[in-house]
Amino acid sequence: MSTLTRIATAAAVAAGLTLGLGAVGAQAAGGGEGPGLKRPYWSFEGVFGGYDEQQLRRGWEVYAQVCKSCHVLDYMHYRNLEQIGFTEDEVKEIAASFEVEDGPDEWGEMFMRPATPMDEFAKPYENDAIAKLANGGVVPPNLSVMARARDGGADYIYSLMLGYRDEVPEWVLEHDPNFELPAGKSFNAYFPGYAISMPQQLFEGILEYPDGTEPSAEQMAHDVTAFLQWAAEPELEDRKALGRYVLVFLLVLTALLYAYKREIWKDAH
Amino acid sequence: MSSTPSPVWSNRTIKWVDRRLPIFSMMHKELIVYPTPRNLNYWWNFGSLAGIALVILILTGIFLAMFYTPHEDMAFASIERIMREVNFGWLIRFIHMNAVSLFFLVVYIHIFRGMYYGSYKAPRELLWGIGVLIYLVMVGTAFLGYVLPWGQMSFWAATVITSLVTAIPVVGNDLAIWLWGGFSVDNDTLKRFFALHYLLPFVIFALVFLHLWALHTTKSNNPTGVEVKKPADTLPFHPYYTMKDAFGLGVALIVLCFFVFFYPNYFNHAINYVQADPMVTPEHIVPEWYFLPFYAILRAVPDKLGGVVLMFLAIAIWFILPLLDTSKTRSGRFRPIFKWFFWLLVADFVLLTYLGAMPAEGIYVTLGMWATGYYFFHFVVILPLLGWFEKPLPVPESISAAVTAGHEKEAAA
Ligand code: HEC
Ligand code: HEM
Repeated sequence: MSTLTRIATAAAVAAGLTLGLGAVGAQAAGGGEGPGLKRPYWSFEGVFGGYDEQQLRRGWEVYAQVCKSCHVLDYMHYRNLEQIGFTEDEVKEIAASFEVEDGPDEWGEMFMRPATPMDEFAKPYENDAIAKLANGGVVPPNLSVMARARDGGADYIYSLMLGYRDEVPEWVLEHDPNFELPAGKSFNAYFPGYAISMPQQLFEGILEYPDGTEPSAEQMAHDVTAFLQWAAEPELEDRKALGRYVLVFLLVLTALLYAYKREIWKDAH
Repeated sequence: MSSTPSPVWSNRTIKWVDRRLPIFSMMHKELIVYPTPRNLNYWWNFGSLAGIALVILILTGIFLAMFYTPHEDMAFASIERIMREVNFGWLIRFIHMNAVSLFFLVVYIHIFRGMYYGSYKAPRELLWGIGVLIYLVMVGTAFLGYVLPWGQMSFWAATVITSLVTAIPVVGNDLAIWLWGGFSVDNDTLKRFFALHYLLPFVIFALVFLHLWALHTTKSNNPTGVEVKKPADTLPFHPYYTMKDAFGLGVALIVLCFFVFFYPNYFNHAINYVQADPMVTPEHIVPEWYFLPFYAILRAVPDKLGGVVLMFLAIAIWFILPLLDTSKTRSGRFRPIFKWFFWLLVADFVLLTYLGAMPAEGIYVTLGMWATGYYFFHFVVILPLLGWFEKPLPVPESISAAVTAGHEKEAAA
């Protein structure tokens, strides 16, 4: 027992030190002059979380009508859209509305043809140089892993989409009086350094949802973020479902093992 | 104890094989009747857990390697393909990633268990030393593995760590070029890292075999630190410790699966999902959590070479622990002052872990120096002196005596 007490003491001391230093550190780093990330409700959080297919399809709508002209979704194929509730025919139709390069044909020529469900998502720019030229010297990043590739994940993307300000806010100038937005950049409260090469994208009513949902900026940001979360973690629902079975199984098994161990050790102590 | 009689096998095939190659007799001797101190507590579960973690890593690693492509333009995409297109690829990869953390956690507990109960003292010095060697190879393997997905942190960690060799006088620069296979971390570096990452786990496996061989020669230490003296001090390994280990494995798998299925990227840096870009340096280059204490020591020294040397010494010093600890009493249980210094060392180690994750500026630098200083002070000054000054408590005359005394105390209470 005394060992346990001592471990508890050490753990408490360590935790105390870590927390105490953490608080000091947060202040020392001068972080937090900007707003904290927005934390909306996400259906995919937690042990029982999953995607809302309706929402994912709305998110696809936003991606296809807004983001697609600049951002790729690498590693994804049109067939993946069946996972979020589009029928096979719908996916064929969606794919066919894109042109992809194929070839060479028997004359040695490359040619364009309508995409099929088996094709990867078409790329908006032929190469990085053109992408840079069109976007103030920055290549718009791939969005299919974005939800995994930033601290804060979905919360970050959501906040970023809604984080634009027309003027540089006071709190930035208080922290850095010399802050100036470079030409061609926009101010975004959540982007590291605040000057982002992507202009604000989501304005109320820029598109119409097929299911009649009100297209407010918040709604679109929420939907497109959920869609990008799915793009980054298409396995999430399978993963959690399997995980719940595995954990229940392991809990029961381990309880049985414990009982059996006690039984065996009964006379040995 | 080697006099345990071999069983008489009744199955004809087993009998035939066993007369020519006594593999069944050996398994019977080492895994079934193997006499184990009867008083081992749960801290003795962590060795078998480490072994299982290693097996999990090797098995999942082999499947990953079937789909992984070690090429600077394709490595990142091949991991994404594993996660999206390969059947249960996400499961295999997430198990592999998280089992590394489990492995290190378990091994750290295993090491500190040894430090508390004096398991490094005679006659177990070699057993301990092989363990330290295993830890070193583990560090290398994990470092190499972390480079393979070719994310931003992979690339920059590889750059920072391999650049350390340039601190070596005279040959440093040539050595770095030789390691990289070029003038910086690039495609050739990735390919050799993959080859070595596939190789080293099997080196660990061989070392674990030696580790166990040494263990079964000296037998397990135990919480009292008193050697086994008579049969009443022991229990057969099976079913007593097989069952206890099975239960411990159950608990470990629950922890592992919780992360694998619900928070698979918890221990990962988000930025490692951005493909490596030699032109863009991340703001903070932070190693995986299990390297943080040593990373803090590396950065505690303003001089690069000094930092590298100190970092290696921090591990190498474990090799000579049997020399540094001058106390005649083996187990920390009977060392009233040592106990407190032991837990102070644990706290220091945790503090170093924390500091390793912080930016090297302001108060963290000073704290890092003090924590590093104390780490070495513990081994080089406190431990040797304690052996002289500390008055140990009386040690029980045998394991069984200690166990019965415990019962009497319980009965009296
Ligand atoms: C006009 C082209 C354009 C459109 C349309 C566009 N983006 Fe971007 N986006 C960019 C550029 C350029 C960047 C790089 C910004 C930088 O690094 O300064 C970017 C960056 C991003 C980032 C990463 C920010 C970071 O932390 O690095 C996210 C997330 C993002 N865009 C989401 C979206 C979403 C969602 C949409 C659709 C609603 C969208 N973008 C539409 C051009 C665009
Ligand atoms: C001691 C045992 C091992 C350790 C400590 C270890 C450690 C690691 C680490 C830290 C990673 C990076 C994880 C990530 O970010 O994805 C990794 C990846 C990888 N490992 Fe291992 N590993 C071990 C055994 C093996 C074995 C035996 C193999 C193959 C035979 C293997 C093959 C791979 C492959 C192919 C990757 C890259 C795929 C990926 O990133 O998921 N590993 N390993």
